[in-house]
Amino acid sequence: MATETLEQQVANEPGADWSGGKPPFKASYGKLMMWYFLLSDAFTFAGFLIAYGALRFSMPSWPVPDFVFQTFPFLGSHNPLLFVTLMTFVLLFSSFTMMRAVQEGHRENKNGVVLWMFLTILGGAAFLGCQAWEWTTLIGHENMSVTTNPFGTHTEGGVYLDAEGNETSELVVAGESYLLHTVGAGHDEGHGDDHGAGHAMEAGNDYPNAYVDERGFIHRKYKVTEGPDAGMIKKEEFGPKAFGALFFFITGFHGFHVLSGVAFLLIIMINVASGLYVRRRNGYEMVEKIGLYWHFVDLVWVFVFLVFYLL
Amino acid sequence: MGHSYEKSKKIALQTIILLGVITIVEVLIALAGKGHIFGGALRMPWYIMNLLMIVLSVYKAYKIVYEFMHMGYEVRGLALSVLLPTLLLVWGVIAFLQEGSAWKGRRDNITERNSIETENSYKPEGMLLRNDTKVLE
Repeated sequence: MATETLEQQVANEPGADWSGGKPPFKASYGKLMMWYFLLSDAFTFAGFLIAYGALRFSMPSWPVPDFVFQTFPFLGSHNPLLFVTLMTFVLLFSSFTMMRAVQEGHRENKNGVVLWMFLTILGGAAFLGCQAWEWTTLIGHENMSVTTNPFGTHTEGGVYLDAEGNETSELVVAGESYLLHTVGAGHDEGHGDDHGAGHAMEAGNDYPNAYVDERGFIHRKYKVTEGPDAGMIKKEEFGPKAFGALFFFITGFHGFHVLSGVAFLLIIMINVASGLYVRRRNGYEMVEKIGLYWHFVDLVWVFVFLVFYLL
Repeated sequence: MGHSYEKSKKIALQTIILLGVITIVEVLIALAGKGHIFGGALRMPWYIMNLLMIVLSVYKAYKIVYEFMHMGYEVRGLALSVLLPTLLLVWGVIAFLQEGSAWKGRRDNITERNSIETENSYKPEGMLLRNDTKVLE
């Protein structure tokens, strides 16, 4: 249990890089550099999130998050934010297990470190699995891509039209989001409401109640009832194009951090199990460093969660 | 380091529970504020909702950095050298959100001007051209 203090260690290794007598900020070289790497990484993520904010502010409307993110495995649609909340809990919990691993490291408990690191890896893998499901739903079932965003938001009130072009009782409400379905798609695809769009529609046709574009997206028609355009017949348009690209790049960049975190956790866990760090007698500092990185990934998720799902 | 093993174990547990509770509160605010739950009884204006959620998220971030990342127990200089530069981001957020609004204003302006019908017999005048300029008819 009795380990050398950092100062003693440095003093005992005259050839070491960090040998100015005492370590700056009483931290080891590796730990300090990990902090500065994380600082630079924070700026990268902040740049992305700020770009999201600027583009969102530049648009007259933006997809409402609790409409876009409302599907849940097996439960289908109408569960706004439930799945992303689950993802947040998975990541938070893995941060907790990581902290426990670091604490076991401080008391040189090898088996404890391996156990808690293993649980952390499971948490990271579970998070990646959740993200894979989320992306699959968005890409495969809801046809969102980097360049196509079928999630739009109404900016004026009105009523939808029926197959003969007459007004229905279904209201268009400003501020509410819609998803452009595609022809032939079943309504089990999430965002379940039967939006009246028929399955018999064909791509490239214009119907009294909807326009179907060449790619098969159904743009439902509605009559505007308020505002300067009252009385006009309009069709639902695609949402802001940047939304898909921002979503996939930012959550993808974060997911890539999680993936590399899992890879490094795995490597370090194997090293711990092999007894490599027992010989270093520095309280499993390597575990502490990867721990900093892992908590940072959790920290970034707090803001991704805020910006994409809550606001 | 800084405190005993039992103490740190307790801190870890307390922090994770606190973060979990705050997350649930945030999601409840997001859903209740827009009237998805509680039958719309707790609807609130968007700026109050957003302010609450931002404050809670920043508090979560503070807890993660302070307890999980152990920053609260590091030397003051280390903490400042990492945390102070992030203050630049405050400027970044303000500047770019304002810039985004300006893009929107410009786009609205263009849409509005495009919708103004111009007369065919329009002749340039006013400040654009000097009075003695000859205009080809």
